[in-house]
Amino acid sequence: MTALAELLVNGLASGAVYALVALGFVIVHRSTEVINFAHPSLLLAGGYLVAVLHDDIGFWPALGAGVAGAAALGALVEFVVLRRLRSGSHGTLSIVTIGVDIVLTVEIARRIGAEVLPLGDPWGDRVVQVGGVTIAQARIAALGVAVAAITVFLLAFKYTSWGVAMRAAAEDRATAALMGVRLGRVSAGAWAVAGALAALAALFLCVFPTPGLDRATSFAALKALPAAVIGGVDSTTGALAGGLLIGVTEALAVGYQDEAALLRGGFADIAPYLLMIVVLLIRPTGLFGTRELARA
Amino acid sequence: MPDSIPPSGRRDPGPAGAGTLADPAAPAGVASPPPGGDGARPASRAGRGGWARAAAGLAAAAAVCAVPFYAEAFWLQAGLFAMAAAIGAIGLNLLTGVAGQLSMGHAFFLAVGAYTYVWLAAEPERAAGHTLHGLGWPPPLAAAVAVAAAGIAGGLFSPIAGRLRGASLGIATLALVFLGQHVLFRAEAVTGGVNGRAVPPMEILGLRLADSPEPPVVLGVPFGGLEMLWFPGAALLALAAWFARGVVYGRPGRALTTIRDHEIAAGAMGVPVARYRAGVFVVSSVYAGLAGVLLALVFQRAVPEYFGLALALDYLAMIVIGGLGSVGGAAAGAVFVSLLPQLLTRYGDAIPFVAQPGEEGLSPSEAARVLYGAAFVAVLLYLPRGLRGLLPRCAAPASRARAVRAGDAGDPPR
Repeated sequence: MTALAELLVNGLASGAVYALVALGFVIVHRSTEVINFAHPSLLLAGGYLVAVLHDDIGFWPALGAGVAGAAALGALVEFVVLRRLRSGSHGTLSIVTIGVDIVLTVEIARRIGAEVLPLGDPWGDRVVQVGGVTIAQARIAALGVAVAAITVFLLAFKYTSWGVAMRAAAEDRATAALMGVRLGRVSAGAWAVAGALAALAALFLCVFPTPGLDRATSFAALKALPAAVIGGVDSTTGALAGGLLIGVTEALAVGYQDEAALLRGGFADIAPYLLMIVVLLIRPTGLFGTRELARA
Repeated sequence: MPDSIPPSGRRDPGPAGAGTLADPAAPAGVASPPPGGDGARPASRAGRGGWARAAAGLAAAAAVCAVPFYAEAFWLQAGLFAMAAAIGAIGLNLLTGVAGQLSMGHAFFLAVGAYTYVWLAAEPERAAGHTLHGLGWPPPLAAAVAVAAAGIAGGLFSPIAGRLRGASLGIATLALVFLGQHVLFRAEAVTGGVNGRAVPPMEILGLRLADSPEPPVVLGVPFGGLEMLWFPGAALLALAAWFARGVVYGRPGRALTTIRDHEIAAGAMGVPVARYRAGVFVVSSVYAGLAGVLLALVFQRAVPEYFGLALALDYLAMIVIGGLGSVGGAAAGAVFVSLLPQLLTRYGDAIPFVAQPGEEGLSPSEAARVLYGAAFVAVLLYLPRGLRGLLPRCAAPASRARAVRAGDAGDPPR
């Protein structure tokens, strides 16, 4: 029973981190209707900045710099690449982000090299005992920070004029533009927020029990893609639900791998994709996605 | 995802319309087939342009056949590699460029083709502590069944693909790559696991297309495996391109572009949308399977690591750089993407930004990826029709007329 409780708590913690990444996909998708395949590279960039800077300026300033850097990179990609293609369709725009991802990922992965870079986080490998359940401090921090970041984001999305502008743009771009919403700023803002969330997520993907940032970290970010799709790519609630679902699934697959041969040999890494295919078979638009209605 | 990929080119003549109506710019006689003409092809096209084209085709074929007599092994291997990539890219372009179904899972179908061939053609053996299964079928049969198996895999996935649009479909096919690679790593008895497995050489009519201690000498050139593989490879590529052109410029191509541009409108016009979408998925998988078999034969060893996300993105880059929806463009993109890393590796010491082993800086393969990633973005930004978009400006009138006649399947993606 305690084993299960531990697995669930760990699963929820990593699920919250996946939700952060998935939220980034959803924000970009809602404001620009683009699936951002360059998201993993933003995450890698944020994590890399933290890893390089934390020795010189301390962990917290480094984290700030990482978040700011990833946000700036996101806005830059939007400004330099996507804005030139405003007239293109969402499909073409999504394909462009694949190209951006190839370039950014190769460059950052080259800088990381074959090493595993520690992020210098204050939690280390300390654990907390709660009623017989052992939880790593880093996991608790991940859960707390992710929940806080998501709450702040959702409140801002709902109540600030930035959030209103973004929702208006998602609803109907042309009308929003006529009402004075500056679409360029909205989409650059969405990319920046997505980048910032990705950098936060990068931190928690690389803390205990993971040894640190390596070039495979972007694959962890890719796992949030099924999270966004399972929830429905246009739903913020869906991103949260999808993220948690993926996190728990993965934790259970890792936890019970000794019981079933099927689960061994890295099954946990593909469990999110399997889950996604099952969900898509039943609900093609995801659990919380808007159903598209069409008559032929 | 309201739009499919790429979007409707609204300025362009609709594929269905332009195919039947005479374009004022087209030479008279091109658009209207003569009564009792030789089938679908108007007789007037066999005029001077036709002869010139035939001569050019023959010259190209002769040039391709001459390559093994002059080129060294490096170029032969690179060329065969590019041929296999071109076959796969043509298939992916039918799916993604013509029909607008974004697939990031092409590597999976390549793997199905490659490993089915290996498993069917190989003899059972014991290697590195575990037994490797194999059925020991004759290689040509194994290759044919492997290609069919890739098609069946595509058919099995098409119910999922049929329910998804645009980038969601891309993500779902991405899942295929990860699932497939996992299975490849785990199914050690068939794939050899992490270390991969040797690929049994092709054998046609008793002739082993492999290196032998005493290679047959043709016109003074010793023919090893690569030289012998060159001819079937080129023939398969020509066949694949010819068939794809038939699909693109024929009735199925028009149906597929209509589906890409507006699925509901296509359905309303009587195009069986679901059947065509499933069909193009199968055809594209068959191409991938063929490419996979050829790749395995060229590499002589199939390693699961190879069939990963990077390969899937490579194929996507090929068709984007070459030009979405164009057969020749896909082949050109495949040559570019697959030759670039090898050229940078070989001539890296002469290129300033490429580092040598042990030096700081971009390694040749990294430099290649950065270059074609940048080309990928630049092509979509500034050259929406890809490399092929550069061609019509200097093309002969005959091919221009054909493009107009066929509704110009390579609509610019904007």
